[in-house]
Amino acid sequence: MQNKKRESKNSLSRKFRLSEFLAENTIKLVSFTSFAIIILIFVFVFREATPIFFHTEKKAVSQEFSKSESYGDESAQSSKDNYSSFSSGSEDAASFKNLTQKEWQPVSENPKYGLLPLFIGSLKATILAILFGAPLAILAAIFSALFASKRLKEIIKPAIELLASFPSVVIGFFALMTIATFFQSVFGLTYRLNAFTGGVAMAFAIIPIIYTVTEDALTAVPKYFSEASLALGATKWQTALFVIMPAATPGIFAALLLGFGRAFGETMILLMATGNAPLSSFNIFEPVRTMSATIGAEMAEVVVGDTHYTVLFFIGALLFVITFIINAIAEFYVRAKLMKRFRGE
Amino acid sequence: MKNIIVLLLLAVFAFGFTADNKVITVKGSDTMVILAQRWAEKYMESHPGITIQVTGGGSGIGIAALINGATDICDAPRPMKASEREKLKARYNTLGVEVKAAKDGLSVYLNESNSVKELTLQQIKDIYTGKFTNWKQVGGKDAKIIVYGRENSSGTYVYFKDNVLGGEDYTSTMQSLPGTAAVVNAVVKDQNAIGYGGAAYAKGIKYAAVKKDDKSPAYTPSEETIKNNTYPITRYLYMYLKVRPTGEIKDYIDWILSKEGQDIVTKVGYFPVK
Repeated sequence: MQNKKRESKNSLSRKFRLSEFLAENTIKLVSFTSFAIIILIFVFVFREATPIFFHTEKKAVSQEFSKSESYGDESAQSSKDNYSSFSSGSEDAASFKNLTQKEWQPVSENPKYGLLPLFIGSLKATILAILFGAPLAILAAIFSALFASKRLKEIIKPAIELLASFPSVVIGFFALMTIATFFQSVFGLTYRLNAFTGGVAMAFAIIPIIYTVTEDALTAVPKYFSEASLALGATKWQTALFVIMPAATPGIFAALLLGFGRAFGETMILLMATGNAPLSSFNIFEPVRTMSATIGAEMAEVVVGDTHYTVLFFIGALLFVITFIINAIAEFYVRAKLMKRFRGE
Repeated sequence: MKNIIVLLLLAVFAFGFTADNKVITVKGSDTMVILAQRWAEKYMESHPGITIQVTGGGSGIGIAALINGATDICDAPRPMKASEREKLKARYNTLGVEVKAAKDGLSVYLNESNSVKELTLQQIKDIYTGKFTNWKQVGGKDAKIIVYGRENSSGTYVYFKDNVLGGEDYTSTMQSLPGTAAVVNAVVKDQNAIGYGGAAYAKGIKYAAVKKDDKSPAYTPSEETIKNNTYPITRYLYMYLKVRPTGEIKDYIDWILSKEGQDIVTKVGYFPVK
């Protein structure tokens, strides 16, 4: 009897099923395709950015070619016509020195490709976003994972996660029109659009990520942790703060990192709400220009193959590397650690 | 069912190939896209055999398309750069043909409550290069000047830089915004703001009257002052072609330069060349 059962089970698993085969391979194909696409994007971005490392001397544009033939305008002549201020012999090289200086003036007679203000801008806006978003998101996660009734949780969780599907342009627009005006009138700010406004707006974008991951981490803590704590006479709050939270710390840390990565790469909100002035100050009420917004704003009009173009791709590569590293840490290191802890190793 | 689809496809192909439809493509500046669109619509009404496709994207993109042969006409509110001409020359052995299609005055916007009414070109330059940072320095109240400008991908950015700043760099504190409408909106909301952009877009703010230098009189941008060049910051809106126009393209450009075409320029909010 038992033998028979095993046999039938075996034959079940061995039997070839077309639908299963197709499903399995389609999923495999899709996942490999997305993997391949990521690799290809990586290769493309880096390929476009490489000329930066082999900077070539650019020939000065000679002035001979300075005038087109005109048509249909034989009579009208004005003094405005002579636009003879073409740059000649400009130094348009993205040397290491040029990239590390404090000015970003890519459209200039002497283009300056200082990445420092952009990096500071990105960092400033991101950190502000984390500072605003993280406490809210984590507290909300603690509440819905540990305190809220099941019914309440079923309302809160989808509601917050719905925020993630908010288009960032809409958040940016809201920040530009409403949040900026509000903060200016409340704090009497000199600059309407600044890192602070951008950071607050971006907090909306990262709250759902931090919330979801934190919530997952908190609910993943095995039940016997809280049961043991409650059995020992600890209150609900004590259990949450001193037992469950420490157990889920790596997960919360991962949530913060993912939020950081998302914020660092966010473009539209920052493009609209931060003022885009490439300043390298640490005053949070001054406008900033972030790396992602710079690409978003300037890529459209740049001459392909130009130094400016290459530098923009270099910024793209940098963004890619930074967010990649952060997400990788969050994914692999922290998650592995979390799992280990729960298995009691 | 299948037959019907095949027939339909055949019909589409046959129509596509036999129709005597001449297509003119126009690509370039976003500043000029509305104008180009109006021209095209009006012209197509009276010339049924001709289709004119207008796309924006920016002056740089338009000129690149001209160089790559992807467009017949390129719109640009700035003269072609020497580097761009060089590329055109390398490719087609021509320097391109320039048509002055319309005129535009670049206005300097101030918030309506600002007590400053006039600025000299030098003062505007000093504000935008960062030499002046307080309205006091140009005769206003004691408040920081909030400088707004366009993104460096914009033709207006380049024009303002070349013609008002004399090629000098903008100050780093300039906040760059995407589009003239965004600049106008920012100046509307900010009492101490200054911005610039085309005359065509502005509503709900005031224009600064601009003086060439201390001694000359100040002019606000208007049709009169822009047409006769008394307003100091004017620019031409150009159309570029690879070679001298012939056939349908010539007819189109001649029409644009005719009274009918230039009337549309006025309607859109720019100024006629003649």
